[in-house]
Amino acid sequence: MIDFLSQEWPWYISGPLIAIVLLLLLWTGKTFGMSSNLRTLCSALGAGRQHSFFDFDWKNQRWNLLVILGATVGGFLAAQYLTDGAPMSLNPKTIAQLQAFGIEDAGTAFLPDALFGMEHWTDPKILGMLVFGGFFVGFGTRYAGGCTSGHAITGLSNLQRGSLIAVIGFFIGGLFVNHFILPFLL
Amino acid sequence: MIRTIVFFGIGIFFGITLFKSEAASWFRIYEMFQFQSFHMYGIIGSALLFGMLFTFLLKRLNAKSLLDGKPLVIPDKDKSWKRYLYGGTLFGIGWALTGACPGPLFVLLGAGFIPVLVVIAAALIGTYAYGALRSKLPH
Repeated sequence: MIDFLSQEWPWYISGPLIAIVLLLLLWTGKTFGMSSNLRTLCSALGAGRQHSFFDFDWKNQRWNLLVILGATVGGFLAAQYLTDGAPMSLNPKTIAQLQAFGIEDAGTAFLPDALFGMEHWTDPKILGMLVFGGFFVGFGTRYAGGCTSGHAITGLSNLQRGSLIAVIGFFIGGLFVNHFILPFLL
Repeated sequence: MIRTIVFFGIGIFFGITLFKSEAASWFRIYEMFQFQSFHMYGIIGSALLFGMLFTFLLKRLNAKSLLDGKPLVIPDKDKSWKRYLYGGTLFGIGWALTGACPGPLFVLLGAGFIPVLVVIAAALIGTYAYGALRSKLPH
């Protein structure tokens, strides 16, 4: 069983499992949206004293903090106990492309050591990339009112036009950076 | 207590799924934006297909909350388009750079990638900046 679960999970298993997370959260009277946690955390850290956007009773959102706490533990369990060390089935073209950029662990590691390795993340260029990227993950998701879970899955599942526009935006920004910025950064 | 276990449990299930599906991997996001694999499109697409079915059924059957029996409210998004296009595009920039959206950030932290804390801290600052500038931005 553990061996079975330790393989790479195919998309046709993972996608429906994510939909079950959506179902469970809707059915318990909540919503499936992970970026809301960033707002809740800002509020819990006291940002409500400066800006009304964070001035709400964040304890009502405790359930969502429990979900990301659980997701953190889930990440630990999966990395610790459900990993068989087999290479990731990336497209060989992707691997070759990334290796040409000097990312040599493409296909063998879960995250590129050149970006997230303990010896590399403090490099000013890499640090800038992580900080700048992280800032826009937080800023953009709140501006758009959701991220992949809130728009691409929950919003589109509920046939929301705004979510479709948001997902188009995800790809405008993502494709631009991936094709025109990353080749210079990596 | 029951609630704590339920939501914590849903989170664990979600975290394991994001890790094992590799949706939390920077490599998979890079590959997705290069259109070099169906993997990420398959995950999001099949989640969406089943999500539509589940959402439709919950609404159609007037399902009540499993926890307190109250009617379910599935909120609609605003009717505008600016916030979605502008906000979505900015998030896309961050997604392609860091290879992570808000859920996977926490999964990666749990998986032991400590430098992800930098991304989480920056995302909190970004969220705060939005809260501070909100009234000046087009929605």
